[in-house]
Amino acid sequence: MTLQHIERTAGIGRREGYGLSADFLRLAGRTSTRILSRYGVLLGFLALWQVAASSGWVNAAVLPPIDAIVAALWKGLAGGSLLGDIAISLQRAGLAFAAAVIVAIPLGLVMGQARAVEAALDPILQLFRQTSALALYPVFILLLGLGEASKVFVIFWATLFPLLLNTISGVKEVDPKLLEMARVYGAGQLTIFRRVVLPGAVPSIFVGLRLGATTALLLLIASEMIGANKGIGFQVMNAQYNFQIPLMFAAIVILAALGLIANQALVILQWRLCRWSNPAA
Amino acid sequence: MATARGGEVTIRDLSKSFSLGGRKLAVLRSLNLDIRSGECLVIVGASGSGKTTLLRILAGLERPDGGGVAIDGRDVDGVGEERAVIFQEPRLLPWLTLLGNVAFGLEVRGVAKQQAEERARFHIALVGLAEFTDAYPRQLSGGMAQRVGIARALTVQPEILLLDEPLGALDAMTKISMQEELARIWSEENVTMVMVTHDLEEAIYLADRVLILPKEKGGAARLIDVDLPRPRDRSESRFVRYREELLREFGLH
Repeated sequence: MTLQHIERTAGIGRREGYGLSADFLRLAGRTSTRILSRYGVLLGFLALWQVAASSGWVNAAVLPPIDAIVAALWKGLAGGSLLGDIAISLQRAGLAFAAAVIVAIPLGLVMGQARAVEAALDPILQLFRQTSALALYPVFILLLGLGEASKVFVIFWATLFPLLLNTISGVKEVDPKLLEMARVYGAGQLTIFRRVVLPGAVPSIFVGLRLGATTALLLLIASEMIGANKGIGFQVMNAQYNFQIPLMFAAIVILAALGLIANQALVILQWRLCRWSNPAA
Repeated sequence: MATARGGEVTIRDLSKSFSLGGRKLAVLRSLNLDIRSGECLVIVGASGSGKTTLLRILAGLERPDGGGVAIDGRDVDGVGEERAVIFQEPRLLPWLTLLGNVAFGLEVRGVAKQQAEERARFHIALVGLAEFTDAYPRQLSGGMAQRVGIARALTVQPEILLLDEPLGALDAMTKISMQEELARIWSEENVTMVMVTHDLEEAIYLADRVLILPKEKGGAARLIDVDLPRPRDRSESRFVRYREELLREFGLH
């Protein structure tokens, strides 16, 4: 529906471009062309899905049509049955992400500056990083039980590394020529850190935050699929067991939306904090 | 105008060597030199002659192996407030506006932000960039960025301005206008200027004296007085003669 609407608008813009409101139509045409070129493939994908599911090309019981998924989503959200799952999932991922930020960023800032500390910690960090957090989840369950603690901890664990490593490299990649410049003006270690190292590392820290947010959601779902009775990941699994396939897809859509929202929030925050590196600034 | 403001540099028996692949490479050998207060001394020399090393020792960024430097009678030990350095690259902080960058030196030295910015504005105007005060470094051309670096150095009102090939990375046209600008700034600011360059014409255009550092072992540093009225005319016959003299020093003429 949306796709047809856009195509029609674009068509009008081209055909009647000489009329009284030609400028407006041309603008509308340009805007819709831009939307089409950006979201056209996505809309096409959704349209293909809808047609394939509703016309019986694929088994609608396995791949339900989009409108059935939207209906299940609406029922879950408006009826409130999915809200509790969203809340507990956000709490798990949020706690773990916040803890990872609190640990990784200060630690990374220190490690990036103190070569000896970094050299001493690097081998063990590499070992931990290369060991899949999912493989360690049973270990965490043994240590912390099957409750919230082990879930939050496995998410925290996996989120820690992208954040830590990007913070370290952000600090290390600050141009030594800028450090020297600050030194020439008499800046002490603390001033250099506050005014040169920290702002210089911010873009790289944001790369870590965005990778970390993605990782947190990934591990959230994995941990909720094992031994949980609430949460969006649990709902995906549970709906599949009960063959409530539209509900399963509704939960997947919520997950995708959470990922997009988290990423967009970080992009906006970065845009505000790093105005200097924005082309439009 | 040229009151005794300080900025007198005494260099005694200065030596510095680097180890390169296990071999010791002497770049400065017992250099003696007096730089007068308020003069413009330009250092030239083949690459490897130690001209940048000399400047970095004067800046306090490197320590000599032997001998020492004194400024107004006080021995140099590290960086100091009476000196400012202009590097070959502008070295601007990309996250600060022009105003923030130019005020940076003063702020680091403990001047209140408002006062620092007020003085920064003055020097931004001095280098002709007033309309870009709130721009970010990435929006500037190479020549403009270097002028910001110069403004930042001037803002801290140094007695001695140390310049390490400041125009080396600029195109020929920009370079000439920046040389004129440096000459103007030097005459207005009453500052001792020590500049390293590999451009002989630039040296003659700006210098009261040119110091030629020897490349070979046993060679002696040579000083040439440039006795020309200012502003200088590059096409004038005496200017050309100084150029030929310098070229001869390098064995190129």
